[in-house]
Amino acid sequence: MSNEWPLWEVFIRGQHGLNHRHVGSLHAPDAELAIRHARDVYTRRNEGVSIWVVPSAEITASAPSDKGPLFEPSNAKVYRHPTFYDIPDEVGHM
Amino acid sequence: MTPDAEALAKAAGGTGRAPLANSDPAQDLFTGLLRLGDNSLILGHRVSEWCGHAPVLEEDIALANMALDLIGQTQLWLGLAAEVEGAGRDADALAFRRDAWDFCNILLVERPNGDFGQTLMRQFLFDAWHAPMLKALEASKDARIAEIAVKAGKEVAYHIERSADLVIRLGDGTDESHTRMQKSLDVLWGYTGEMFIGDATDARLAEAGIMPAPESLRAAWDETVNHVLAEATLIRPESTFAHQGGKQGRHSEHMGHLLAPMQWLQRSYPDAKW
Repeated sequence: MSNEWPLWEVFIRGQHGLNHRHVGSLHAPDAELAIRHARDVYTRRNEGVSIWVVPSAEITASAPSDKGPLFEPSNAKVYRHPTFYDIPDEVGHM
Repeated sequence: MTPDAEALAKAAGGTGRAPLANSDPAQDLFTGLLRLGDNSLILGHRVSEWCGHAPVLEEDIALANMALDLIGQTQLWLGLAAEVEGAGRDADALAFRRDAWDFCNILLVERPNGDFGQTLMRQFLFDAWHAPMLKALEASKDARIAEIAVKAGKEVAYHIERSADLVIRLGDGTDESHTRMQKSLDVLWGYTGEMFIGDATDARLAEAGIMPAPESLRAAWDETVNHVLAEATLIRPESTFAHQGGKQGRHSEHMGHLLAPMQWLQRSYPDAKW
């Protein structure tokens, strides 16, 4: 529907987390109200210390149909995983 | 024969009217706290009536949040009122077991919601008073009052930011939204004066440094309201007529209709818990 407010993606940095994390989306007429709505919709239980909003239309996403070509080749490249090292016991848990 | 409301109330254990102004400091404090608690209770209940009905999901949640803020503040004010009264009542008893004539809220907060614009205008006119009121209460000589005011003040700082912003957006919006906001302002205007009219109880509370004199909050309110209305391209009504009586327990015809659904459960099933 053309008269609906545009969609915004909401990212919130939690109390202890380092990075903003995608928590969901909402409708708002502009960025300022999107922040306010995000505060009301997504931080009711004291979840956040910082909010980012991004117009959903501004996000460029990879196509689900490209999943194979994009991601499968890395499956066969086990040498990219650091699993070929003997870790001395003294190092402990890594 | 018309039932004698006062006699009925006495029989039901009420006083038949809002607590009378007298020079008992505890009674003054009780009345002052009821006025604060009843304002936030009745406005909180009115705003909660929007739950599930707001024009968009985001505003629905925002309104519900604000209603919850106000009802949370009510618990603090009425809890303290009950403690000061010392008659074995608690915040719930004060909220759910008093009748209309025992409530001390101003008439503005019991006005019906009207449309979304009218609800926001009522909120803004109240917030513009509520914020400086709480600010002044932070300096109360009663530490319990100052403590509640600090906590509530943080919530209300957000309320005024939100309601002022939306009044500006809708006032300075489309022809339709502008017309509705001006109409809301015009119908609610006569209910704003009561916020600044003190009675003997107010004067004694102010004298004792417990609560600010209502008249002293006018300048801050005028400044906020003039600024926001100008930005919203709305015209401030010139009338200075003020409906009053709510603070003394004389309410409009809407009060009983508001209390009936709010108090129904505790009236029908006293002491019900879950």
